Amino acid sequence: MGRSLKIVGGEVYDPANGVNGAVREICVQDGKIVESCTGAAEIIEARNLVVMPGGVDIHTHIASPAVNAARGFRPEDHRHGLMSKRPGIRSGVGFTVPSTFATGYLYTKMGYTTVMEAANAPIGVRHTHEELIDIPILDKGIYVLMGNNEFILKYLKAGEMEKVKRYVAWLIRSLKGYGIKLVNPGGVEQWKYGKDVESLDDKVYYFDVTPRQILKALSWANESLGLPHPIHLHANRLGIPNNYLTTLETMHALDGSRLHMAHIQFHSYGGENWGGFCSKAVEIAEYINAHPNVTTDIGQVVFGDATTITADGPWQYRLYKLSKNKWYNQDIEVETGCGIVPYVYREKNYVNAIQWAIGLELFLLIRDPWRVFLSTDHPNGGPFIFYPWIIKLLMDKTFRAEMLKRVHKRVLSDTTLPKLDREYTLSEIAIISRAGPARALGLQHKGHLGIGADADIAIYPKDDDREQMFEHPVCVIKDGETVLQEGEIVGSRDGKTLFVIPPEVGEMDPEFKTEFENYYTIEYENFPIDVEDIPNPEAIPAGAAR
Amino acid sequence: MPPVILRVKEAPTGVPLEAESISPDLFADRSREEIEALPVALGNESHRLGDFFQVEGERSDQIEVDGSIPRVKWVGSGMTRGRVVIHGDVGMHAGSYMRGGEILIEGNAADFLGVEMEAGLIRVRGNAGHRAGAAYRGSKFGMRGGIILIEGDVGHEVGAYMRRGLVVIKGNAEDFLGARMAAGTICLFGRAGLRTGGGMQKGMIVCMHPVELLPTFAYDCIYAPIFLRILFKGLKRLGVQPTPQQANGLYRRYHGDLAEIGKGEILIPA
Repeated sequence: MGRSLKIVGGEVYDPANGVNGAVREICVQDGKIVESCTGAAEIIEARNLVVMPGGVDIHTHIASPAVNAARGFRPEDHRHGLMSKRPGIRSGVGFTVPSTFATGYLYTKMGYTTVMEAANAPIGVRHTHEELIDIPILDKGIYVLMGNNEFILKYLKAGEMEKVKRYVAWLIRSLKGYGIKLVNPGGVEQWKYGKDVESLDDKVYYFDVTPRQILKALSWANESLGLPHPIHLHANRLGIPNNYLTTLETMHALDGSRLHMAHIQFHSYGGENWGGFCSKAVEIAEYINAHPNVTTDIGQVVFGDATTITADGPWQYRLYKLSKNKWYNQDIEVETGCGIVPYVYREKNYVNAIQWAIGLELFLLIRDPWRVFLSTDHPNGGPFIFYPWIIKLLMDKTFRAEMLKRVHKRVLSDTTLPKLDREYTLSEIAIISRAGPARALGLQHKGHLGIGADADIAIYPKDDDREQMFEHPVCVIKDGETVLQEGEIVGSRDGKTLFVIPPEVGEMDPEFKTEFENYYTIEYENFPIDVEDIPNPEAIPAGAAR
Repeated sequence: MPPVILRVKEAPTGVPLEAESISPDLFADRSREEIEALPVALGNESHRLGDFFQVEGERSDQIEVDGSIPRVKWVGSGMTRGRVVIHGDVGMHAGSYMRGGEILIEGNAADFLGVEMEAGLIRVRGNAGHRAGAAYRGSKFGMRGGIILIEGDVGHEVGAYMRRGLVVIKGNAEDFLGARMAAGTICLFGRAGLRTGGGMQKGMIVCMHPVELLPTFAYDCIYAPIFLRILFKGLKRLGVQPTPQQANGLYRRYHGDLAEIGKGEILIPA
């Protein structure tokens, strides 16, 4: 029998179960939350403390060949944030791209227990799993990049939708993936010929399919396979002025079906060029408010050092031209691309300041907290360790006003941020950082403290300075074991790897194997990942087709 | 204030000793026992400074190392004040990240001397290794201020990625002197190696001997830069005595690297 414990006297914020600051007793047994403990239970005194479910990050880049390339590409980043080893705790380095063990500890130190690695080229997934296995404490899953996969483009060109569906199911099953990720659908393929797609109806070179077709096909495949998470979309034209029209059109194109818009801050820009760069957060927020099928994470910009890592090759080339920083570009076989550019967000740069403001505007203007989630698109908008700082900005309008005085003055005139008075409540914070992402991911045992949920619990001190509060949890419990006490990691344990088992929709055609071996650098048999290769797997069944 | 004297007891020969503790900032408020107890690393083992050095004197920001310590790294790293004198050679990374004070090395310095330093003065009577005053791998900028004065020869990539400050070399330099420098001044009295100033954006390299320039440097004019007279006047105080020909003569000005923004200058006596 596992450990039993009771958390008594704490103010519980469990929005998924409608608990909003009431003093409740939480009982834990065998790593799950139970009605009451059967035997003697250890008591955790939480009087005057805030009890929340462990945090869930829906979009972050913490492990993958691309992240690893960024680690190698930025030795200067690894001269900061040195963490020395202690008994049971491994050492680590890094600030924007921390090493694997450090990543696990840093997330735990904010009370996060579940994270989703957001972009993985299929051929690199084996590496990603190896890294995820090394990241301690956290439960994690991966989204698989499919928006520029040449097999999918080929099937679309031939109009073979059933083949698309079978291929998607095969990819998810053989790679132990959690969801479908699209990055600049069509655009990355086009980048291999030196171009980008300009709109949803541009034709991709050779394949003659449009981003709109790719979006619709993958959304249909996702829904008919009944995958728990909607398609996770990094839309076209990221980061470019006046891209909000493309963003609106994209959301409109999938009218009605579920959709997760990743880092929408980077897709809410107006202005004809960089000189006229302005915020279109109001338009985007209005659309999201009116369409309950859309969820989003923000991709908030944090001032300071960032490393931009994305499969969106054409955008990375533009950023390299803008920033004149070093640039990494890769063509990943038949699957996608990859670009890395280090970047510094500056308070006094008007584009960066407006980007910062757009993120906050979207947080404050999207009324339903269940559909907007906390993220910095780590490490693209800034490192995840700044989540507490963002929470403070959301909860404290005086702090926001102070920041507004520091940033470029165009934020005052060109955005609605100075006029927004909304302050997030603790319950709303619990939604955007825990309950909401868990619900959008279809993780029924995460993000809440109801009976049967995983005992992933974060206990925070009550502090009027919300940054301090969320930066220094008093205690973090993962699967019923205390992993952090008084700011120090006390028990490092292995987290689980979450993956979805899609329904059986038929085997791939026999000629697929031949094609695979013609175009890939690895053998067909070496591509799938055995579940035995993952030490702590947790399969999530797919639901009914929608 | 009498200096703290460190006498070498047992010089490491194999694994180098990492001794960022040898810094005036740390010695200034410490008694002799406390100085002896400062931590140093030998490979993955932690030791006391007193295990390797006999310490005389206390509470001083003047440090003298009596003997050659070519296998002791990081001496004076990050120091902000005071003076360190080494009567002999010193190991890698001496004076890196330095923000003030002075280091005098009477022997030779190894690689990475004064890397990414921000202010202060480093003088080397002998030779220095590669990458003096440059950036660590991956950093955007190298030396950001201060003066490095080397009386002997230097290795490759000296002053690479320099951002500000002055490097004076009385001997010869090897390849890639001032490569990718963003600003600052390098003054070379000896001969330069290959690809001097490769990829430089701004900044100035003065070479007192003819140099084989990259094709991406363009000739401008012959002139007598007033700036150099002021520079040499300052250098006199540091004991560098250019010939009257060098101080008042004419120079050929080249600009480049045109593969970059091309605002760097290389001056060669006409």
